[in-house]
Amino acid sequence: MSAVVDEHDHHADDHHDHGPEKGLLRWITTTNHKDIGTLYLLFALVMFFVGGSMAMVIRAELFEPGLQFVDPAFFNSMTTMHALVMVFGAVMPAFVGLANWQIPLMIGAADMALPRMNNMSFWMLVAGVLLLASTLFMEGGAPNGGWTLYPPLVLQPITVGKALPFAVFSVHLLGISSIMGAINIIATIFNMRAPAMKMMDMPLFVWTWLITAFLLIAVMPVFAGAVTMLLTDKFFHTSFFNAAGGGDPVLYQHIFWFFGHPEVYIMILPTFGVASTIIPVFARKPLFGYASMVWATASIAFLSFIVWAHHMFTVGMPVAGELYFMYATMIIAVPTGVKVFNWTATMWKGAMTFETPMLFSIAFVVLFTMGGFTGLMMAIAPADFQYHDTYFIVAHFHYTLVPASIFILMAAGYFWLPKWTGHMYNEKVGQLHFWLSAISVNILFFPQHFLGLAGMPRRIPDYAVQFADWNMISSIGGFIFGASQLLFLYIVIDTIRGGTGEKVSDEVWEDASKHGLEWTLPSPVPYHTWTIPPTSVPTEHVLDSH
Amino acid sequence: MSTNTAYYIPHKATWPVIGTAGLMTMLAGFANYLNGSSIGPALMVIGLLIFVVMLVGWFTLQAKESESGMYNHEVGISYRHGMMWFIFSEIVFFAVFFGTLWYTRNLSVPWLGEGATKELLWPSFDATWPTNGPGKVGGDFESMGAWGLPFLNTLILLTSGVTCTWAHHGLLAKNRDQLIKGLIATVALGFLFVTFQAIEYHEAYTDMGLTLGSGVYGSTFFMLTGFHGFHVCVGAIILSVVLFRSTQGHFKPENHFAFEAAAWYWHFVDVVWLGLFVFVYLM
Repeated sequence: MSAVVDEHDHHADDHHDHGPEKGLLRWITTTNHKDIGTLYLLFALVMFFVGGSMAMVIRAELFEPGLQFVDPAFFNSMTTMHALVMVFGAVMPAFVGLANWQIPLMIGAADMALPRMNNMSFWMLVAGVLLLASTLFMEGGAPNGGWTLYPPLVLQPITVGKALPFAVFSVHLLGISSIMGAINIIATIFNMRAPAMKMMDMPLFVWTWLITAFLLIAVMPVFAGAVTMLLTDKFFHTSFFNAAGGGDPVLYQHIFWFFGHPEVYIMILPTFGVASTIIPVFARKPLFGYASMVWATASIAFLSFIVWAHHMFTVGMPVAGELYFMYATMIIAVPTGVKVFNWTATMWKGAMTFETPMLFSIAFVVLFTMGGFTGLMMAIAPADFQYHDTYFIVAHFHYTLVPASIFILMAAGYFWLPKWTGHMYNEKVGQLHFWLSAISVNILFFPQHFLGLAGMPRRIPDYAVQFADWNMISSIGGFIFGASQLLFLYIVIDTIRGGTGEKVSDEVWEDASKHGLEWTLPSPVPYHTWTIPPTSVPTEHVLDSH
Repeated sequence: MSTNTAYYIPHKATWPVIGTAGLMTMLAGFANYLNGSSIGPALMVIGLLIFVVMLVGWFTLQAKESESGMYNHEVGISYRHGMMWFIFSEIVFFAVFFGTLWYTRNLSVPWLGEGATKELLWPSFDATWPTNGPGKVGGDFESMGAWGLPFLNTLILLTSGVTCTWAHHGLLAKNRDQLIKGLIATVALGFLFVTFQAIEYHEAYTDMGLTLGSGVYGSTFFMLTGFHGFHVCVGAIILSVVLFRSTQGHFKPENHFAFEAAAWYWHFVDVVWLGLFVFVYLM
């Protein structure tokens, strides 16, 4: 790829203005990867607060035993919608937004490979979320059978109301959106990369997204197929999940988790990628074990396809199946351990400074490791019979999602916002946001381990009195965590509007240009970048692999 | 007419958001229809119309741009990546239903006919395939044989794969006549396949008692063959567009991505059918 042409060049009265369109239409019709990245990120931020509000409803109801604020069906809607909104509306789109912004900047590409499809990916996401959100206002309310949509529960009249077909079609649209986004990322990385950048020169964020994109294409159609069968079982008399007709409800669980397990890595692999990008910059050292990071990512992705039934140990599988899924799951600890040790070794004897992105990244390494360990505990099939469907699992996956994925998304915001906007965020408020978040997230989720081990089931609006104390503490942590995120909202708006007023350098962070191509561009990043690809690429991050 | 050396990046796109609105309207309409709301069908039709307008508009734009030489070699590679991974996602989608058939036949149906399930719940259930389950859901039915219309359809699709390749050779050899004839034959065989499948479905519903509601056999049979039939229709429509463009003088031996994409899609549909013939009809 030598140069890039845009469609203005084909008109006689060509004005060589490469800036954005004026007005609202710019955001609807844009094909610019930075505009689309911004749309994704802002949409994800809004959804983060929508999903977060639902979590506040849940924690308020669980503040003390008994039914206080909402009726049980609405409570179940909140747990279901909180999960769907956070997974499909907040975390996944936020990482796609980062991919849109960063991948072309990091690999020296002028834009994404398929810009029109990029626009469609975003609007399909909005359409999918609109269909899902519309169920909140319907007779019978939003889906309330849990985000996994297990039959036969989700097919019962009392559980579905009018929501089921909307939820199913929402999943279809979100799937189309994700698949188009993933195809675009693959085509961009393979076809638009600067010729000077070899595959094993690519920043870890690009590598992890490449692998995540394959996961997305391989599993989103699986989820689409599963919910399609739910729809036909409900409305077209099929018997896929009906034992009387020869079907099996457990089949749905197998299909769902064949999607669902890779799906959780879709949310964590880009997290790893961002952490691997941020930590070396603030440790002022090359990433330790670049090649092993790449291979660990690929191994985790592969393993994610062959461990799904560890979500279903108590469903009544043959013992051979339980044993296989137990051991296969434990193997995942090996490549994950490689990553944790690599991050630690990167920081070892580094000239570290602790700006907000680094603080969030270090907290990620520590707290994600804990989420990983509780995962190992539940991988032990016989022990899982005690933890299954209790608050222990809730604590586990929230540790891997909130102080991991969400913290790293925050870190990414602090890390790249100065580059994108040309303004520095307020470091003091940033650090306040970090410490409030890091402390409250542990007050929120750590007690849930105790609740789970003591036997408190998940997805209930009321509970026995012996669980009261830890629930109250957990709720207090939840309210502090929720309120703290308003600081992030403030910082994002403030930074876009000028931040501290200090003009940031092109590098933003000391010596960052040794670590990534994006730091060699001006701050703020121009609307069009790399129309001529760079002839050399920084290799600080891969020094260690040679 | 010139061929660009630079990668073409469009600056504005209106069709994606229009297409999204169409698809969303169509699905919202369908959901309303399933819920028994009277505005459902109208919404579906409006959504479908918007979607079709988008397809025509967007593809016309792409064809114009391609013919005016705006796409260089790299753009073509991006499109090939796009089509290749789209087909991969379709393969996975079909794999779900093949997997369902495998799981049902080899695991869940045998489990229904053994152990405590048999003794306590359904002692008289004979766990053999084909089955509509211990509840005899959908009533008595006959299963679909392999050697009538399905075998004929196998031959038809395989032949259409050959005519498609023949057309491609014509395109590469600058033999426009062979290109057009090959495509006409391919499209005709495609629609012939769909017609025979319609006849097969009609027989199943009227003479054999076999419906979508005939327990898990009917469910898997119609889901697999139905989604495949839908894909044959889509493939035949894509090939019709390619045929129309061929008659307009489009495509060159070194630049005919649309033809290639359509041919890949057609071969994919063909291979899925072979899987169906073996696992749904023969075994």
